[in-house]
Amino acid sequence: MTATPYAPMADTTAATPVIAVDDVTRSYQLGSRHVGVRALRGVSFTVAPGEFVAIVGPSGSGKSTLLNLLGALDRPTTGAVRLDGRDVATMSDTQLARLRNAEIGFVFQQFHMLARTTALDNVALPLVYAGVGRSARVARARGALEAVGLGHRLDHHPTELSGGEQQRVAIARAVVTDPRILLADEPTGNLDTVTGDDVMRLLEQLNTDRGTALIVITHDPDIAARAPRQIRLRDGVIVDGVAGGAPR
Amino acid sequence: MSFTESIRIALTAIRANRLRSGLTVLGVVIGVLSVVLLVAVGSGARAVVTAGVEDLGSNLLLVAPGSFEFGQAPTRSQFTLDDIESLSRELRGRARVTGSIASGERVRSDTGAAFTSVIGVTADFEDVVNRPIARGEFLNESDLATARRVAVLGASAADGLFGGIDPIARQITVGGLRFRVIGTVEPLGTALGVDRDSQVYVPLTAAQRLFGIRTIDTLFVRTDDRGDLDDVSAVIERVLSERFEPDEFSIVSQDEILGVAGRILDTLTLVLAAIAGISLLVGGIGVSNIMLVSVSERTREIGLRKALGARTREITRQFLVEAIVLCGIGGVLGAAGGVGLSYAAERFTPVPAEVTWWSVALAFGVSVAVGVIFGVFPARRAGRMDPVVALRRE
Repeated sequence: MTATPYAPMADTTAATPVIAVDDVTRSYQLGSRHVGVRALRGVSFTVAPGEFVAIVGPSGSGKSTLLNLLGALDRPTTGAVRLDGRDVATMSDTQLARLRNAEIGFVFQQFHMLARTTALDNVALPLVYAGVGRSARVARARGALEAVGLGHRLDHHPTELSGGEQQRVAIARAVVTDPRILLADEPTGNLDTVTGDDVMRLLEQLNTDRGTALIVITHDPDIAARAPRQIRLRDGVIVDGVAGGAPR
Repeated sequence: MSFTESIRIALTAIRANRLRSGLTVLGVVIGVLSVVLLVAVGSGARAVVTAGVEDLGSNLLLVAPGSFEFGQAPTRSQFTLDDIESLSRELRGRARVTGSIASGERVRSDTGAAFTSVIGVTADFEDVVNRPIARGEFLNESDLATARRVAVLGASAADGLFGGIDPIARQITVGGLRFRVIGTVEPLGTALGVDRDSQVYVPLTAAQRLFGIRTIDTLFVRTDDRGDLDDVSAVIERVLSERFEPDEFSIVSQDEILGVAGRILDTLTLVLAAIAGISLLVGGIGVSNIMLVSVSERTREIGLRKALGARTREITRQFLVEAIVLCGIGGVLGAAGGVGLSYAAERFTPVPAEVTWWSVALAFGVSVAVGVIFGVFPARRAGRMDPVVALRRE
């Protein structure tokens, strides 16, 4: 299997931002006493197609809340989040699911593999929800695993893989649908420095080769420093890096 | 996501937790199995009763004292030989009439003894109630007229009292009186729980003396033509009404016996099925319980699937299909087990069992329905889960 199953990116010109966050706030009601917690208090920035952005900040700064919004897993309390030009606030749960499936690839700190499921089937999982037939799924998942250097680990279960390998499988799963946005939440958080470095290089390579916008959320300054542009969050507001950097 | 994909995911999840799935399925298996088995036993009992009643023949009428209604207390008979005679006269050429009185008595011979049913009958009993003679002859009119002390033995009564010896012309003693054996009846088997082969027949008049009564328990009327049943019934009604009040006797046809017996047995079958249904319900609650545990345990999986693009209804369907597959497996195993046990019961135990295919189909259908009903709640809970919360769960 040598043919790459990926279609070439159609849109690498920076006409519309792939992510546009406009004065977004997000509040949570905690408990029954209606104590509001404002996790984001007016955040604005854009990400151009193919850009590599690091979002940094200490815990409690609103990073996770922002990730959920960028991943179309949540809707803002006020303001607008536009993903690929579409305002998530106006979309139904089903439309958001479709959007996540087609345009967003997630890489999590905890890998989030399905246990008792082979690497191949884990990678093919988003394609199940995209309605891709079984044989096409297998072919594309295999291609994605080969692209992350795990062509020899197709039938291994997560427990038979090292942390670095599991994260590579997760990355293959994130890009198998050929999304426009790759969201990595502390992707090296559970890995040692050397393995973490490999994983970052792989993400950067996918960002460069495929033009997939890469958002890495981290509290690690070394990881953040790898990105041409950093957005620093503190107490729910951006303290640095507000201005959209030019796409590379 | 296709339906086969849902089933594949369900089977993977069920396999992943073999012990838990097995125990859940077991609840459904027991429910379905008991429905099939108990309905089979109920139907088996019905079949036995039906066969026993039909054995009497469709052109037989029974005249019993009191009213023939389920729930009525038995009534002491007022019939006498005169009633048989007047009915015989009125129905000459159309039907034949006999009657019987029965009592449990100790019967002795030189070579054996048995406590068995001694029945006083008229000569026509042989034909009306069908007692084919194997050896010797049946009682005749002269035996009856003179209350002669002669007896005809059922097949097993003859065996029990005389072993292999030919009983004809030998003596038996009943209640201190000696009777001479003049014939034996062909083996007939059991009908309605009565072992007809153990019976001993003596002239009705002799039996009345023996038991110290002047009445007859039951009259039997066999019409020559089945189509004449209603007319004959009307004649009996008219003749007996001259001596009795309408509620002092009742005329019962085979259909009526089947009707009453059938109603009792249908109720029995229904009660058995309902009890079994309760165990199926309990099995269903078990499925619901396990599915809730499964949903809770797989919260992160649900969050992941949603993040990767699973829609609410795809998650709901995944868990619903899982519940249905669990119940379906339980249904198939339970139905197979129920059919197997029914055949085993029929073959190796005295319990009659007749597998009814509607009960198998119903039990399987109900088990799948149980999967749907008890799977919906956990499945909806899974589908509605907020992916953000679900992914964060440790």
